[in-house]
Amino acid sequence: MMKFTLATIAVATLLGGTAVKATDLEVIHWWTSPGESRAVNEFAKAFDNDGAGDHWVDNAIALGETARAAVMQRVAGGNPPGAAQFNPGRQYEELIKNNQLLDLTDLATKEGWDKIIRPATISDPCHIDGKWWCVPVNIHSNNWAWVSPAAFKTAGLEVPKTWDEYIADLPKLKDAGIIGFAAGGDGGGWQLNLAFGVIQTQDLGQANRDKLLKDKDQSIALGDGMKKAFTDFRTLKQYTDEGLPNRNWNDSTALVIQGKAALQIMGDWARGEFGAAGKVPDKDYVCWALPADHPLVTTSGDVIVFPKQGNPDVEAAQLRLASLLLSPKVQANFNNAKGSMPVRDDVDMSLADPCMLKGLSIIKDPANIQIDSNRWLTPDTQSAFNDLISQFWTDDSMTVEEAQQKYADILAAAQ
Amino acid sequence: MTDVATTAIAVEAPARRKRRIPYAAIIGTLPMIIVSFSVFFVAIIFVVIWSFTNSGMFPGFNFVGLAQYTRLWSTSLWQVAVNNIWFFGVMSLCVNLVFGFLLAVFMDQNIKHESVFRTIFLYPFSMSLVVTGLAWQWILDPNLGLQESIRNLGWTDFALAPLVHRETAIYGLVVAGIWQGSGVTMAIMLAGLRGVDQEVWKAAKIDGIPTWRTYLFIVIPMMRGALGTVLLLQLTGIVRTFDLVYAMTSGGPGIATQMPAMYVISFITVRLNVGQGMAAATMLLLPIALILIIRAIVTTVQARRRGINA
Repeated sequence: MMKFTLATIAVATLLGGTAVKATDLEVIHWWTSPGESRAVNEFAKAFDNDGAGDHWVDNAIALGETARAAVMQRVAGGNPPGAAQFNPGRQYEELIKNNQLLDLTDLATKEGWDKIIRPATISDPCHIDGKWWCVPVNIHSNNWAWVSPAAFKTAGLEVPKTWDEYIADLPKLKDAGIIGFAAGGDGGGWQLNLAFGVIQTQDLGQANRDKLLKDKDQSIALGDGMKKAFTDFRTLKQYTDEGLPNRNWNDSTALVIQGKAALQIMGDWARGEFGAAGKVPDKDYVCWALPADHPLVTTSGDVIVFPKQGNPDVEAAQLRLASLLLSPKVQANFNNAKGSMPVRDDVDMSLADPCMLKGLSIIKDPANIQIDSNRWLTPDTQSAFNDLISQFWTDDSMTVEEAQQKYADILAAAQ
Repeated sequence: MTDVATTAIAVEAPARRKRRIPYAAIIGTLPMIIVSFSVFFVAIIFVVIWSFTNSGMFPGFNFVGLAQYTRLWSTSLWQVAVNNIWFFGVMSLCVNLVFGFLLAVFMDQNIKHESVFRTIFLYPFSMSLVVTGLAWQWILDPNLGLQESIRNLGWTDFALAPLVHRETAIYGLVVAGIWQGSGVTMAIMLAGLRGVDQEVWKAAKIDGIPTWRTYLFIVIPMMRGALGTVLLLQLTGIVRTFDLVYAMTSGGPGIATQMPAMYVISFITVRLNVGQGMAAATMLLLPIALILIIRAIVTTVQARRRGINA
């Protein structure tokens, strides 16, 4: 194991030895699906053509946790990348604590980031104690379901109007050979945990959900709302397919795109997949904002951090990229391709499709913004939840009460 | 792995010899000694020390006593991983030993084209576990592999997809492990068989002992060295099982095929909790250290006895 780390360091040093040109900036991210690579290409194009001779060196690593692990190993090994993608929240707090990130405060003050990025909940994870440590590039929401009208048609059904109608349709879909609920089990079960989080919000309500995850409230964890969430989740499990273990999220989305599956709960990065496949919203697919009775937008999404380099040329390029990521034109192009919402309000969204407009109208009322769980939970705790949810999903012998108890235990141990 | 094999052989070497300090050998091996001391020994000490701290992403020295171990043993992920390693270990060890021995006996029957068979059986061992894992993942995939092709032949309700079910996934891993490991077991066993003096066979024949009994009660006890080597090779391989499982199931479905080594890696890289990862790594070290200590004691006792008898 130690050998493994040493080998990583050795390789990292070797790579460092053949140091690239001063203005080459390596960016590690996990935007690897067709829709995502179209989006990240907008960043690369803009950076390559910024007139300063910069060059975007793309290092796409499939699967978020793998990409983040690579960044962490590179930083720990003393050869950090020029920029790296994270989800807003506590994923990079150790990097800040150990003084590994470039301080962006001067640039942010000059450009007035605290005024242009709205709402404040989006910039909070980067704007900590008056200092800026990262650049939020988009607003993604987890609370979406993607519905295939073709799948319902195959089963001789109308597209349901409500969540309860959908649940009632599940047995009929199964009889028609349609996968009722598309999901995948890759990456430790993050897809399942994401879907569970949405159902949890639906069953607990926003206030109790926040109390549970922010204040680690034990009575809610062991209460009836969570019991319903686990029970509902087990119902959905009966309508999945054998290909689920190890499947990644965009292959699950592809099942909906092809009409083989009826519905997938997934963040709005899935919209980029429909776009890349040339599908039209409201005709080829339908997007539901969840929870069904009171839609909320979560503050998920992505931020870019800039690990310290100790080379002034590279640092200047890092700051150029930071500024560029927030420019209105780049924001519009990137977010249109990706299916996310821009982090600033003054962006030309004439290209926005009905799904994005739905999201933008929800976000107008700040009360409809749901803080993402990454803000309150460390990667350690999140992974423990991934473990529990995917164990509960695959192991029918685990009762709902046991699952609730384990959920409460993880919360109690969370830091 | 090589040093394990050499220790096993070294055990059989004559115990006493005239003491003469081999300066040249010491100077020649000094770099190796320094490297292995600093890399292995010092690293192991730090692993143990950090297991008593609450180190996050970067190792630190904020000691928290046994807290990491308490958490470790109350985490279901670890409990599942430990159960899995026992099951996987016992299964693949037994089957590998039996299967490898039978293959060796088969090769020992003066068959034609022995070298061809030997290459075929040994070939899987030369492949990396990641390749082995991926190949078997495809073979066992419900939509691409054996199940689909047999269904296409007309047997439409044929079902063979162990990896997608929680209860059976581990058997899929065992099969792949055996496919990979039995060849090398065979090779070492065959060397052991060939090392048995032909006179023993003749004597057994004259006494009218059936061949299978000769194998079981005379030849196997004479192959202690080969058996020991195989056991050590297999055991160390099992304790650090990682790549095979990572390639085949990534620990899924759910957490059904998690392994201790995956737990360690996950806590260091993804979960940014080095302290917890180190506690798990220390637990992994324990059984190996135990085996080595027992072995060392047995060897010294044997050497002393031989010395007295001489």
